[in-house]
Amino acid sequence: MSGVPRAAPLSGVRVLDFTWNLAGPYCSLQLALLGAEVIKVETATNLDGMRRGQYAIDLDPDASPTFNSVNLNKLGLRLNLKRAGGVETIESLAAVSDVLVENSRTGVLDRMGIGYEALRRHNPTIIVASSSAFGGSGPESAYPGYASVFNASGGLGSLTGYEDGPPVELRDSIDLRVGAALTYAVLCALWHRERTGDGQYIDLSSVEAIAALAGSSVFEHLMTSAVPTRVGNRDARHAPHGLYRCRGDDWIAISVGSDAEFRSLCGVMGRPGLASDPRFADGYRRLRHAAELDAVLEAWTRRRAASALTETLQHAGVAAYPAASGEMLLNDGHVRARGAWQEVEHPKMGRRAVQGLAWRSTPDGPPEARPAPLLGEHNGYILGGVLGLSSGAIGALTEAGAFE
Amino acid sequence: MPSERPRPASAPPGPLAGVAVIEIADGVAGAFCSRTLADLGADTIKVEPPEGDALRSHGPFPGDAPDPESGGLFRFLNANKRAVTIDVTTATGAALLNRLLDGADVLVTEGSVRRALDLDAMRARLPSLVAASVTPFGETGPYRDYAAYDINISAAGGLSFGTGFPDREPLTIPLQQNAYLGGFAAALAVVTALQARDRDGEGQLVDTAVAEAPALLLNGYHLPTYIYKGIPGRRWGNRMSLGLFPNCVLPALDGHICIDAPQLAQYRRFLEVLGDQPWYSEPRYRNRRAMSEEYPEEAEALIAPWFAERTKEDIFETTRTRRIPCVPVKTIGEAVADPHLGERDFWQTIDGELYPGPPYRFSESPWRLDRPAPRLGEHNGEVLRDRLGLDLAVLRRAGVV
Repeated sequence: MSGVPRAAPLSGVRVLDFTWNLAGPYCSLQLALLGAEVIKVETATNLDGMRRGQYAIDLDPDASPTFNSVNLNKLGLRLNLKRAGGVETIESLAAVSDVLVENSRTGVLDRMGIGYEALRRHNPTIIVASSSAFGGSGPESAYPGYASVFNASGGLGSLTGYEDGPPVELRDSIDLRVGAALTYAVLCALWHRERTGDGQYIDLSSVEAIAALAGSSVFEHLMTSAVPTRVGNRDARHAPHGLYRCRGDDWIAISVGSDAEFRSLCGVMGRPGLASDPRFADGYRRLRHAAELDAVLEAWTRRRAASALTETLQHAGVAAYPAASGEMLLNDGHVRARGAWQEVEHPKMGRRAVQGLAWRSTPDGPPEARPAPLLGEHNGYILGGVLGLSSGAIGALTEAGAFE
Repeated sequence: MPSERPRPASAPPGPLAGVAVIEIADGVAGAFCSRTLADLGADTIKVEPPEGDALRSHGPFPGDAPDPESGGLFRFLNANKRAVTIDVTTATGAALLNRLLDGADVLVTEGSVRRALDLDAMRARLPSLVAASVTPFGETGPYRDYAAYDINISAAGGLSFGTGFPDREPLTIPLQQNAYLGGFAAALAVVTALQARDRDGEGQLVDTAVAEAPALLLNGYHLPTYIYKGIPGRRWGNRMSLGLFPNCVLPALDGHICIDAPQLAQYRRFLEVLGDQPWYSEPRYRNRRAMSEEYPEEAEALIAPWFAERTKEDIFETTRTRRIPCVPVKTIGEAVADPHLGERDFWQTIDGELYPGPPYRFSESPWRLDRPAPRLGEHNGEVLRDRLGLDLAVLRRAGVV
């Protein structure tokens, strides 16, 4: 080892980013954190949803916490493709880029003249990755959708909820799971191109990215003819297994997977006799009497603080953890010690905590985070530096309204 | 159920063809990480103890009859892999694992099995190895030895905090989804480390804390709201946070539908479907944000009757032709029978077993389902005897395989 850190994994890779909202930007966020030069193309006439409305502070499109969170380390190009010179500018950028990622409805980029077939003429080895609701083929390919739609259509939505209640929404993580799948596809396509020289097209259906996670429930359906449904916090093997109320409005997740763990739990509760109670003496009986066991356990947890209880139970070898709020995630000593948070200085929102990659690498350390671009912040660098346009050429584009 | 189609022998290999992965893991996250790599062509060998992976004892089972070769969770997690049995706690077994690693690019390890391995020594011996550790809380930090099942990770990562009704207990998410998220993050880390290795040949330890994967995924919603505005977030029940009416799950005649139509044009098309409604003109029902966040029950009661008297299929027939984002909440059975997924050949059958198909379609280097999950020790001969040139009878007598 030379002692000089090597270049980031994707340094030298340029990405044209036509993603918006959450799923797509989460993909280009990771590419940017991995060292790619990501050029996010935006127009003021059709703003990224995360710059708009309730997502922004005081309706300022340059001051959106959510936008900042998922667009770190990207460059901002403000360009209106409906104006003269707009499409040509993208063609020129495509010629010097490696990847284009997008998550518009199927066919939108083709109609704009910048679909895969069109761009291949300018760059035969380009990788174009499209993430749409239902994918690029099939009867619903043009149907619009958001995270909630992906989740409902992919089958997972029907499994999320209380056993006696309706499906509850799980939008919070769905978009970003789709984005993670798109990231993986792009990374693998880059790996393939390194080895073969071939670019390619990636068609990602968000519904399928979610259905692919339905996994064992598909086997359950076909093996037992049962229709898998909502079971709340119940588990087929563990009892107790649930989230239990603690002091205040806090909750603790406790799960017991063996007799030994149950004895430890009873010991911490100061009720060793429970472990030999005929209702709870082995795993089968604990499952049969799960509701009674839950009541006994919650009567004990609700007078205690979730964080102190977690420490005590973990020391006794019992799997326990509080239901972490944003505040707890931000301030937790372990999460901080792991370096999960970095700070960026945003020109409009000040110094704020942001998250980087989900893993730690040794010897390569974590990438340094930079704030998301203001709208059009890097037009000068991209048009002059990357494309080498003269000030006259840039002036002509301005004249045509290409930067609106 | 889709019929089995012959797979074209000429289908090109996946993008990770030529990457050799050894998996020694005893949980869902590690197995899902290497499954994700195997699906894109990595040559993946699963190392199990002679008595078999612990997940072989998990259901579902056909007819609810436990059988280590037919557990649904194990089948799902281990398609596309070869499997060998090695007792790595013996000196001979550990040496055998080292022989396997000599020819490998990647090691994926998890949980209690990971603790039995000396990753530092392995990396010192094999500097180009990419070693991926997948643990609940990571290799470092004060909670590194904390125990966690999926429900604990759902709590630790922040997903439970926002899932469920505000007046009831928070919920975990189904089917060990946290482990899938963590395993997927680990697969990203592996490919990234391989790309870094391309520069100078040096491998890497990539350390994924499963509890951090959902935390990171929450980036878009309640974390930024808390960090920038001090709003702690809450459980939204069957509604979506930060949305515009209508954005909820509602009962249909035969199940539930989900409607999420934030764009004004989408909402107008939906109102046209409802026909003349006296409430349209009331100011209280013009503020879609307040309808979503301040009095959602009242607002939803205005539209609920239309859904309640129709079947999911009738509703979707109406909404799909008008491009209103409003879809049935499909059961797993309905998703398996879905004509759109069918036309795209999403569900794939191999040896009579149905697996979810590709989450991504590559035009040149496709996702492939080449082999069903392996039987215990199915590839001992192919890997240990044929590739490594070992005498299986000797290994068996020594209790190593």
